[in-house]
Amino acid sequence: MFRRLHEGATPLPFTFEGEAVEGREGDSVAAALLALGHDATRETGVSGAPRGPYCMMGVCFDCLVMIDGVGNRQACLVPLRAGMEVRRQRGRRKAGA
Amino acid sequence: MKRLSDVASLREGYDLAIIGAGPAGMAAAATAGGRGLSVLLLDENPGLGGQVHRGVEASPLAAVPALANVPGAGRALAQAAARAEVEFLPGATVWHLDAARRIGVSAGGAARMVVARRVIIATGALERPMPIPGWTLPGVMSVGAAQTLLKAQGLVPEGRVVMAGSGPLLWLYAAQLVAAGHPPALLLDTTPRANWRAALPHLWDFLRSPYAAKGAGLLARVRRGVRVVSGVASLAIRAAPGGLEVAWPGGTARADRVLLHQGVVPQTNLAQAAGCELAWDKAQACFVPRTDGWGETNLPGIAIAGDTAGIAGAEAAEASGHVAALAALHALGALDGAARDAAAAPHQAARARWRRGRAFLDALYLPAPGFRVAPDEAIACRCEEVTGAALREAVRLGATGPNQAKAFLRCGMGPCQGRMCMLTVVETIVAARGVAPGTIKPLRIRPPVKPVTLAEIAAMDSTEAERAAVEGR
Repeated sequence: MFRRLHEGATPLPFTFEGEAVEGREGDSVAAALLALGHDATRETGVSGAPRGPYCMMGVCFDCLVMIDGVGNRQACLVPLRAGMEVRRQRGRRKAGA
Repeated sequence: MKRLSDVASLREGYDLAIIGAGPAGMAAAATAGGRGLSVLLLDENPGLGGQVHRGVEASPLAAVPALANVPGAGRALAQAAARAEVEFLPGATVWHLDAARRIGVSAGGAARMVVARRVIIATGALERPMPIPGWTLPGVMSVGAAQTLLKAQGLVPEGRVVMAGSGPLLWLYAAQLVAAGHPPALLLDTTPRANWRAALPHLWDFLRSPYAAKGAGLLARVRRGVRVVSGVASLAIRAAPGGLEVAWPGGTARADRVLLHQGVVPQTNLAQAAGCELAWDKAQACFVPRTDGWGETNLPGIAIAGDTAGIAGAEAAEASGHVAALAALHALGALDGAARDAAAAPHQAARARWRRGRAFLDALYLPAPGFRVAPDEAIACRCEEVTGAALREAVRLGATGPNQAKAFLRCGMGPCQGRMCMLTVVETIVAARGVAPGTIKPLRIRPPVKPVTLAEIAAMDSTEAERAAVEGR
């Protein structure tokens, strides 16, 4: 869990895995998820292992999520916007699924 | 500075494009603006600052008295860049650069190609990978990542925080957590004791450098408030009930969060994709692009400024940004040679001053081979989940370097395009083969260097010749 040292910023409502949650103005999507206690934000494409943001600067790609239906978004680089629908990116696609 | 909001507002061509708005890029923009040339500054983040001056334009720490000075260092530079007559597109991902200085840039879901007469690559540094068992577990992140959350959002980790590794940033962030009233529970220092012998010849220069007093203060503040275990020679992290467990020879500790760091290395993907030549730097144990004193590379019109050309820190990066911009102004006919040299002299002096003392830091904080080579059970390539054991098996089967290992195992082929694994793969392979890293070619990087959707590429403007080629006319 991460804690905010300063609570002044404007709340921004969004959803994570369909659940209504709240971040703050100035958050990246990854920062908002970490502040909500979500350390695991994707499952890998090889083994399906859980992963979460590692570098927070756009180089590791471990924070990939689905945002508004679009996959492979780098949560650490995307500024949070009100009303975003964010989902975990789940592993590899299964044939026929 | 004119802030652009989308790629449609970009011109087709610029006299100078600066890629990266950290200290080097901001300095280059401040120097290059207002000379009658068209200058474009691009950065992936929402504002100026880069990683070291993250959030400098609107810091959440301004309201936190104990940390209010954190964004201070980059403020004057960010203001100088903001005053400069340049165009700035934030939130812009550069996914292509070639020797003809064509730049593929994407922002807000749309892509565009622009051409520049001169390019300054200022993509900065990234943290050196630390391939220990368990470093991919949720709850484990880099110290730089945690510091980004502090600078950009004012977030601090809660619960039992274990920090592990070596290097100035480890101590700086620990000191910031102490100042914030949230000290880490434990700091595991992996600096090899034997490094002191290699560092000692550089001690005098270090003591005369601006880093000495700052560093001594940091170490003292952290040691007063945090349990520090020194000389840690190996580390592993595993999932434990309700959290994580960190193990090292002689101890274990429960953790809610583990933060790893062992220095920074140049972020060279874009330079590599363009065709810039790299050489192995033994002192920093990483590949570094070949540049001259002005930042010029082997590619005409493409220069590199800041830590991308070799780690020297934020202040040296700022100086090298000014120097590279002056060289570009001269090449573009906006400044004669004498004026360039006169304007560059103070920046070259500053760069030399801030480079003094780095040799000591490089030698002292060079991670032990055991932390640069992936152990059998540790993941070297996070994207494709390739372990140290798999790499050694590939070497046994005939892989000689990262480009062969990529064909064997896909390491370097995932979304990060080798950013997180190349150095580990190279060092693991050379250790297995018993050869020197300098004898191995770095990973061949091809565009796009960052993911861009086919829809974005398909929607880009194309020339009549390009359409004819595709349509077979």
